[in-house]
Amino acid sequence: MSEIATAFKPWTRAEMAQLIAADIPDGAIVNIGIGMPELVADFLPQDKEILLHSENGILGMGPKPSPNEVDYDLINAGKQPVTLLDGGAFFDHSLSFAMMRGGHLDIAILGAFQVAVNGDLANWATNDPNAIPAVGGAMDLAVGARNVFVMMELLTKKGESKLVAHCTYPLTGLGCVSRVYTDHGVIDITPEGFVARLLPPGLSLEALNARAGIGIRAS
Amino acid sequence: MIDKTRPDTQSCVADIPDGATLLVGGFGGAGMPHELIEAVIARAPKDLTIISNNAGNGTTGLAALLAAGLVKKVVCSFPRQADSQVFDQLYREGKLELELVPQGNLVERIRAGGAGIGAFFTPTGYGTPIANGKETRQIDGRNYVLEYPLKADFALIKAHRGDRWGNLTYRKTARNFGPVMATAATITVAQVEDIVPLGALDPEDIVTPGVFVDRLVAIGTGAAQ
Repeated sequence: MSEIATAFKPWTRAEMAQLIAADIPDGAIVNIGIGMPELVADFLPQDKEILLHSENGILGMGPKPSPNEVDYDLINAGKQPVTLLDGGAFFDHSLSFAMMRGGHLDIAILGAFQVAVNGDLANWATNDPNAIPAVGGAMDLAVGARNVFVMMELLTKKGESKLVAHCTYPLTGLGCVSRVYTDHGVIDITPEGFVARLLPPGLSLEALNARAGIGIRAS
Repeated sequence: MIDKTRPDTQSCVADIPDGATLLVGGFGGAGMPHELIEAVIARAPKDLTIISNNAGNGTTGLAALLAAGLVKKVVCSFPRQADSQVFDQLYREGKLELELVPQGNLVERIRAGGAGIGAFFTPTGYGTPIANGKETRQIDGRNYVLEYPLKADFALIKAHRGDRWGNLTYRKTARNFGPVMATAATITVAQVEDIVPLGALDPEDIVTPGVFVDRLVAIGTGAAQ
């Protein structure tokens, strides 16, 4: 695409994770979804107290353990060993999902296949008949978290935009996404549609619109 | 005298009939009652329906139960994992029926089953394929889907310690579905690391009161995988 400035380089996943981490306010209760969003945990600012929730019954989840601290009774939603911060708590699944569904989490950070202009989210299944479906806790986070942030690359491997007018993949939740962090910019979902909040250096709004193939307004 | 302890896992599962529905605790490997599942495999009841969060990891536990050809249906939230090859193959071959349930609906349906609730309205899944064909209702401007309880003939769970009345404590994230599943089965079986005398468990620490447990067996300390 000739209209893309040659100086432009999409944000790396680590850069996207840093941007998300910087936007989480002090004191927030946050659920980080499995997959790409897991990177965000590596960039949480030390000067803020951010409590991580894990659907399998942790509030106050800590970082990965050292090899001699590994305990397979203490794992995260991705089934990887983690630790517990001082002040952290364990609880059963019913209470964990009461936290999620009941509106007690400030932010959920989820991956996505598609996000629609009205905030609809599709992130659990494609239309591939050979794929094994799996939904986990995504639908509960979508309806329950006060803010749903999506972390995803703007384009599929085939170059199709994941920001869409209407999701064509099976929905996870309706109108639930508030902000999308992509490698091509941070985009808010507003009543007026997609609004560019932050663009990577060298990428103009016009160039972003050309790539996304859908209207994204200036903030 | 009340004594729910059993000397071995075999006697805990010896009366599971063909066609039974089993709640199986665990989230991945944490809280998975591996030893009880091995006893079920040895007994080999057929056409089981399994309700669990996942559908087996690797080649042990639920995966081994599936591989043994004893399961006709799985009700779960997240079968697809890096090491779910046993489920994946059986599902693709059409040998397993799958009912996919969002995780919060899964645990709340089990909770309802154990708590005597006839059904409940939940916002989770509204407007998605999960809600297809289900009753919906708008309450205070929000949309909800009607979901029905899940109950089982047996619940197989893993706890940390227990006593002969069936009181249970849990360990870290191995708690997960155990306390809820214990409430929703005709017969609840718990495997624990050790069985302690009455009074040895601090009543403030007991998560599952003994009323919900029918049988428990000590299997010793084993690192979960």
